[in-house]
Amino acid sequence: MSIKSIDPRITRANIDVNSSPEEVLKPMSHWQTYECFHQGKRGEHHVHVGSLHAPNDEMAVILAKEQFGRRARCVNIWVVKTSSIFTFDIDDEDIFKNNQEKSYREASGYKVMEKINKYKKEHKPA
Amino acid sequence: MSTSDKEIALKDLCFRMADDDLILGHRNSEWTGLGPILEEDIAFSSMAQDKLGYAQAFYSLIGKYKNSTADALAFTRGEKYFTCCRFVEYPIGEYDFSLMRHFLFDNAEAIRFDLLTYSSDTDLANLAKKFRSELKYHTMHANLWIEQMGNSNEETNLRMQSSLNTCMPQALGIFENGCNENKVLSTGIFKGEKFLRDAWLNMITPLIEKSGLKIPDIETQTPEFGGRMGYHTEYLQPLLDEMNEVFSIDPNAEW
Repeated sequence: MSIKSIDPRITRANIDVNSSPEEVLKPMSHWQTYECFHQGKRGEHHVHVGSLHAPNDEMAVILAKEQFGRRARCVNIWVVKTSSIFTFDIDDEDIFKNNQEKSYREASGYKVMEKINKYKKEHKPA
Repeated sequence: MSTSDKEIALKDLCFRMADDDLILGHRNSEWTGLGPILEEDIAFSSMAQDKLGYAQAFYSLIGKYKNSTADALAFTRGEKYFTCCRFVEYPIGEYDFSLMRHFLFDNAEAIRFDLLTYSSDTDLANLAKKFRSELKYHTMHANLWIEQMGNSNEETNLRMQSSLNTCMPQALGIFENGCNENKVLSTGIFKGEKFLRDAWLNMITPLIEKSGLKIPDIETQTPEFGGRMGYHTEYLQPLLDEMNEVFSIDPNAEW
């Protein structure tokens, strides 16, 4: 007996009710992954938006366009093989801890933004 | 040159384009959820949706003259009144067939829209300008798939070649003249199917060669005509029944 579905495509496919999944997926039996970076406006930074499977660079960028470029405004996309990304081991997270008082190094230490905003307000184009 | 000639020509051409896009858009959307891989499933579905968008725009343009709506024109006409080419009606088959149809049809459509940007009808020219950038992506996508499958290995090459052989006479049916082709030409609405066919052959021939495939000898091909005159394949009516199933329950329903 074949599967009867409200989706006519499934019914047409004539799938046996008792059939078992054809293949058991093994690790790496899929295409490699690529990391995708989306640029919303020319001149802006590319921002990481997710990853996808692709057989090679050309196909990755073509597929990335519909995965990540079709909703929000987008002017360009970068794709990078996930395997090309070098990173620290997750266990080494402690190297980022600041043990001493070094808040003067943090960007939030700069108060210049207030001045910029004040200047912008005063010199608003008509 | 009277206004009515132009109107007749515009309706003839727009019905052909809208019917092609509606039927192929519907067909290609049958892959949604069943595509070969998730990423391709999303891309192919998105392009199918674009096609429905073109159909809606062309039906709306006709609707302005016929005092009708895009929905009514899409969902209430009988099979005999459809003027899509037979190529778009065939079931999706295996993915190689669907890819080859996507490649052959979308390259023709991309050139068609480029030419239509010079149409004597400004509404049509503006629609073509709006849609051509989407078609540019569609053809980039199609051309890359064909090139990669054609050059990948013996099996993919054979499958693409066999799909190309199957598709070629059907694809030549895209360029069948409509009932009012002479008016389409004389009013400057469009440069015509013959012109498009030649431009299309010039476009796809090097792409097919680059893909390691052999283009069938065009002179010996018998184009599959009939669709533009309302003579369709056995596959169109069941598609229309399925597509209209919900609409016909309550044609005036608000969505």
